[in-house]
Amino acid sequence: MKTLDQLDPGTGGIVEAIAGPMALQQRLMEFGVLEGETISVLAKAPLGDPIEIQIGGTRLSLRKTEAAAIRLAESS
Amino acid sequence: MGLPITIALVGNPNTGKSTLFNALTGLNQRVGNYSGVTVEMKKGTMSLSATESHEIIDLPGTYSLAPRSLDEMVSVDLLLGHLNDVKRPDVIVSIVDASNLERHFYLTTQLMELGRPVVVAVNMMDVAKTQGIQIDLAKLRETTGLPIIPIQANRKQGLDELKKAVVAAVGSSPPKPVLFPSLFGDEVKRLADLTNNTVEQFLIARWLLDVGGHTEKQLSIKFPPEVSVAVGQARDRLTDAKLGVPGVEARTRYGWIRERVGQAVKRPAQRVRTFSDRLDSVLIHRVWGTLIFFVLMFALFQSIFVGAAPLMDLINSGKDWLATRLDNLMDPGPFRSLLRDGILKGVGGVLVFLPQILILFAVVAILEDCGYMARAAFLMDKIMSKCGLNGKSFIPLLSSVACAVPGIMATRTIENRRDRFATILVAPLMSCSARLPLYFLLIGTFLSEPWWLPGVVLFGMYLLGFVTAPLIALLLKRTVLRGETPVFVMEMPSFKMPQFTTVLRRMIEAGWAFVYRAGTMILASMILIWALLYFPNKMPDGRSYDVALDTLKTDLEQMPKNDEKVEQTEETKANDEAREAKQGEIGSLAGDWQRQSYLGRAGLALEPVFAPLGWDWKIGMAALASFPAREVVVGTLGIIYNQGEVDSGEIKDSKNPGDTPLGKTIKEEWSENPVTGKYRVAVAVSLLVFFALCCQCVSTLAVIWRETKSWRWPLFTFVYMTTLAYAGALIAFQVGRQLIG
Repeated sequence: MKTLDQLDPGTGGIVEAIAGPMALQQRLMEFGVLEGETISVLAKAPLGDPIEIQIGGTRLSLRKTEAAAIRLAESS
Repeated sequence: MGLPITIALVGNPNTGKSTLFNALTGLNQRVGNYSGVTVEMKKGTMSLSATESHEIIDLPGTYSLAPRSLDEMVSVDLLLGHLNDVKRPDVIVSIVDASNLERHFYLTTQLMELGRPVVVAVNMMDVAKTQGIQIDLAKLRETTGLPIIPIQANRKQGLDELKKAVVAAVGSSPPKPVLFPSLFGDEVKRLADLTNNTVEQFLIARWLLDVGGHTEKQLSIKFPPEVSVAVGQARDRLTDAKLGVPGVEARTRYGWIRERVGQAVKRPAQRVRTFSDRLDSVLIHRVWGTLIFFVLMFALFQSIFVGAAPLMDLINSGKDWLATRLDNLMDPGPFRSLLRDGILKGVGGVLVFLPQILILFAVVAILEDCGYMARAAFLMDKIMSKCGLNGKSFIPLLSSVACAVPGIMATRTIENRRDRFATILVAPLMSCSARLPLYFLLIGTFLSEPWWLPGVVLFGMYLLGFVTAPLIALLLKRTVLRGETPVFVMEMPSFKMPQFTTVLRRMIEAGWAFVYRAGTMILASMILIWALLYFPNKMPDGRSYDVALDTLKTDLEQMPKNDEKVEQTEETKANDEAREAKQGEIGSLAGDWQRQSYLGRAGLALEPVFAPLGWDWKIGMAALASFPAREVVVGTLGIIYNQGEVDSGEIKDSKNPGDTPLGKTIKEEWSENPVTGKYRVAVAVSLLVFFALCCQCVSTLAVIWRETKSWRWPLFTFVYMTTLAYAGALIAFQVGRQLIG
């Protein structure tokens, strides 16, 4: 299973599903992280966590544990 | 039009909402407070003409109206007209960012369901343009059915059009909300029936959608348990129909947005790489980003630690000058003493914090307004998360090394309430500059040899704070501040030039909030401690101490004084000796007074409590008297040891504090103590540790009270820190005693 936290900076994928606590799911979806959307990893913090991601016109900082809640389509 | 209307201003963070609010209201602003809520809501007056003005409320920035806490619930309550002292808004202004219209419209679609007309203000059209984004406003009006006004809040453009649109919208029919799947609508209706339609459908929908949200918390206790069960069943049915919460909301809203807003927005096929994007990649770069961060933090720290010093000195010398004037102008007595040692010291003690607060808030406002704050939090998050905090706790804790008061005020940037409270509660553990006079005095007196020892001990004092604070934070997050793991998803906003007026406003607001709210409490406690040190004011022979002291001081002034240029003779020597004797008399009388004061008596009575720390009652009393502010301890020690009022700045500036009269006296007296004399170094370390960990600072407690809006947290901070300090001092003395013995 491929999740967002496994991606290297500069790569991206298509969101397939979102898991994790309800509050996290809801917040991610409010920012537009939805099934079928393209999401990409821009950078990692110097200590490897958190990561900066781009979804639509929005840039977000996600902790790795949170990024792991975002499952990506295998083909991407 | 004549009747004043109420307008609510709502938008995501970093949309320029405050800039718009400031532009609309000018200086007609005030802060509204709501019980139990730690966020502030500003109200202002927007005037249209000489006779017509309306009230406008600036709601805290939010991405969604799905309240997860009491703080967020207040916004919803206000918009629905549930707050007692605020009229339900007649019009809602939704401010959105032109460069990211789709996401910002998410909140707008929620606002459309509140039954009030919504006017959309599209801000930062220029940023959208530089990114090659084209917005067809006419099309947007047509597809959404909303009044859409382009504005440029920072240049005050489009404000007249916005005002006109707002007034025109009053009384018009509310917008047609986004249509949810019919099954969802049915479930909301069914639940509304169960509550006998006593609650708005908006809230029923929130109850259904926000699992574990604040609406659920509030409504589930308001209605019989059957209703909660019905909500659970409704959620199950929705999940079975592939319309599970919370996804159904985002999917429905974004579906509507894609269809309506998407039509009106044209983006370049390839995203334009903007200056902001390039800046972002440098500022979070492994090497450059880290380097820039540390340089910035050093500059921040220097500016509050060093930059504020001249202003603070000015305030202190102004206070001293006034005190001398009072001494000369007034006769001794309780009134003069109250003015001089209670009120003047208290007011001075409040004002002295202002330079640091103003400087820190200038820097914080600039960092936040330009978008760097999120990057700083991004860089520090990993380290701070190890102690249960998050990246945004770093700057407040760093600032607390200069002074906890501005540091605690700077925690306002932390959105998560539990993380913010944990940061507030451990901030006073950082070694602040007010501890330095005592550190210097004791280290210089007892720990000055060998040459490397003072540096090591001073470093150890700072280290004690750096180590204790994260540990306590971790402990708090596992006990009193326990809760579900908060969401750390944080927006990384685009960079923009900070607005001078926004920065200035933040500084003024912070300074005023401190002086006005915290200041009164600080002053009151200063007066209380003054009274405990002033009374009883009767010498054994019936005279008052202050009258007797004044007489002695006048005597001293009238005694012959030597000209320094004149060669020493028998006569000058006699003069010197006489003056010295008189000074000694003054010192010992002042000491007598303090020792027999109520506070002195309390110190004596509490001696058994201090004994395990190696302290005699004099040290104990100095610790008690320093409750208003730590640095006072040096002055009190001076009086108790008959050295008169010792200025803490003098100790700080002297090359060798151990050689000052106070240093020498302390060394002598402590050595002569039959019980602890042998362990005087252990006593010194015990006192050092106590002051590193204790919360002898009314200003800190007052500011915690102000920021948490509750008496519980300052009380808790005082109790836990005093306990910690006592335990630390106990261990220091007992272990030290074994080592020395």
